[in-house]
Amino acid sequence: MELALLIDIGSTYTKASLFDLVNYQLIARSQAYTTVEQDVNRGLAKALAQLEGWEKAHYKLACSSAAGGLKIIAIGLVPDLTAEAAKRAALGAGSKVLKTYSYQLSTREIAEISQADCDIILLAGGTDGGDQSNIIHNARMLADSQLAQPIIMAGNKSAADQVITILKQADKEIYQTGNVMPELEELNIEPARKVIRDLFLKKIIEAKGLSRVKELVDGVIMPTPAAVLKAAELVATGYNSEKGWGELLIVDIGGATTDVHSVASGKPTKGGINWRGLTEPYLKRTVEGDLGMRYSALTLCEAIGTDTLKEQLQGLGWEDSGGERYQQQLKSLCRQVDFIPGSKREKLIDALLGRNAARLAVARHVGKLKTIYTPMGPTYVQEGKDLTTIKYVIGTGGVIVNNHNPAFILEGLLYKNQHQPELLAPVAPELILDREYLLAAVGLLAGVEPAASLKIIKKYLAKIELEGFENDS
Amino acid sequence: MTEQVTVVLGVIGADVHAIGNQILEYALADQGVKVINLGVMATQQEFIAAAIETGANAIWVSSLYGHGEMDCRGLREKCREAGIGDILLYVGGNLVIGRQNWENTKRLFRQMGYDRVYPPGTLPEEAIADLERDLKEKVGEK
Ligand code: B12
Repeated sequence: MELALLIDIGSTYTKASLFDLVNYQLIARSQAYTTVEQDVNRGLAKALAQLEGWEKAHYKLACSSAAGGLKIIAIGLVPDLTAEAAKRAALGAGSKVLKTYSYQLSTREIAEISQADCDIILLAGGTDGGDQSNIIHNARMLADSQLAQPIIMAGNKSAADQVITILKQADKEIYQTGNVMPELEELNIEPARKVIRDLFLKKIIEAKGLSRVKELVDGVIMPTPAAVLKAAELVATGYNSEKGWGELLIVDIGGATTDVHSVASGKPTKGGINWRGLTEPYLKRTVEGDLGMRYSALTLCEAIGTDTLKEQLQGLGWEDSGGERYQQQLKSLCRQVDFIPGSKREKLIDALLGRNAARLAVARHVGKLKTIYTPMGPTYVQEGKDLTTIKYVIGTGGVIVNNHNPAFILEGLLYKNQHQPELLAPVAPELILDREYLLAAVGLLAGVEPAASLKIIKKYLAKIELEGFENDS
Repeated sequence: MTEQVTVVLGVIGADVHAIGNQILEYALADQGVKVINLGVMATQQEFIAAAIETGANAIWVSSLYGHGEMDCRGLREKCREAGIGDILLYVGGNLVIGRQNWENTKRLFRQMGYDRVYPPGTLPEEAIADLERDLKEKVGEK
């Protein structure tokens, strides 16, 4: 029996799963607290101790989001153009974008970047043959700073030589790659993503103390979000004779952030529409740092709006909606990050928060269809991806997986539940649950055994239906 | 022209007249100009953002459907705000509704900050020759 051991080292838990690659099954899984501060291997060893037979596994691979994940600062010129392109490249590599900067960096911004504790700086600006002065200014500012992080130059190729020289003379670690936006609005994120991935393997793992896992397993090979993105791609596009599902959307609601991954072209689904803006990557990931169920519960509530939340609670027949009790639960969520809802009321609030996190995160991920009234009648402009006809929406993340009504959470993202009619959100997709929380593990495995990992994940992705709520308020 | 010249081209506002835009792109490219074509329904912000990223020498705005005055107003001011205040701005097409006194129209757009204003039926070659001249003059100024 051929086995694969897949490990996800998160900031709170280290999760291990053991797959049987012959029968395409999950054999066992376990989890233990992550202890990055002292030694990742302690958490890992604990998780492994509960998994019988792991030593025999043919593959022993890990991904990690511990120690804050892979943290990147993105720098560009115009906010909607190269700054956005740099951000998308970083997100596509599975990183966390701490902040995006545009135009000429100021001394204050350099100070802020120095404080930010990022792992990599991605420097863009200018199309090829376009503006040079801005990126050269920013290179000088970085050269004059104390920053010691690796810098990736992914801007105007005509300015590359000068940028590299400036940074090399200041003894900065500098890598050069293709422009994230070589032509106006043309996104070219693959080269930058590749350099980020390589740096993650060669440097960041070491720096975060994650290389010690090699004593137990083969090593950490990617950031966890990159593994999820890989799984998304695999499920959508298939592998050889094993068919994929086609275009899909994955929503990953976590304690700190909500991630949305779409594998879809997003092109207009109706005729006569003018599609504008930056080209959309087929594989697109967005991360919402203010929409999380625990660490970010308060900012999530802010984004929802207290009135809306009250209305929603009332709509579900919950009388005490203006009162203290849910406010209390919200506050305690931020402190008690491993909170698991117990009472029916707690479950309901948790589900409602999740539903709104899904709704808002998807609202920011999808495109918009704007109507412009002309003397000839209305014309339409689409910005971003049209995901209205997406067939599958997959929910993952602890909150969805552990909630007794995951469909209620996922439904929040549907077009009919969005509060803006111009949003191009999915209209009538099938709602699917990653019920064993396996997407990251499967994405990891996909690098070595794509066919098997696709067969496995298809088994564990289950269609879900809406359930009612009991009311005990 | 020895140095690579870059022109941002587009039809402004809610205007969908695409044919002239394509002819202009072709004519400019034919003369070795790098054309950044935003196509129809381009906003002022898109013109400016494109000009900044591409380090463009000029912005060529078309307006055919009669709302030119409304759509074109404020572009020069926004360029100044965005740090490209001295970029060349050309405008052409059917700038106002119907047949109005051309000198008045021209004056109006000049006051709005456009360096050159072209009447309906202008041939691209005429404007390209102007561009060459204007760019030479600019180099001379520096
Ligand atoms: C084809 C056409 C349409 C088509 C466009 C199809 C398409 N996708 O392109 C359709 C049917 C969609 C259409 C719609 C409308 N149209 Co129409 N249309 C025309 C028509 C017949 C031809 C336009 C054309 O392609 N000309 C050929 C090209 C090569 O010429 P050009 O566009 O003028 O561009 C050249 C020059 O002007 C110059 N140029 C242009 N811009 C610039 C910029 C610079 C910097 C420079 C140097 C030069 C330059 O160089 C170009 C190349 O040589 C004209 C009438 C006409 N004969 O011009 C009306 C015309 C432009 N339309 C007109 C109108 C009113 C409309 C509508 C409002 C009609 C309505 N009431 O519904 C709508 C508006 C829709 C919208 N939102 O934009 C009016 C505009 C009136 C005005 N400005 O006073 C015109 C002039 C007809 C008329 N005489 O009334 N139209």
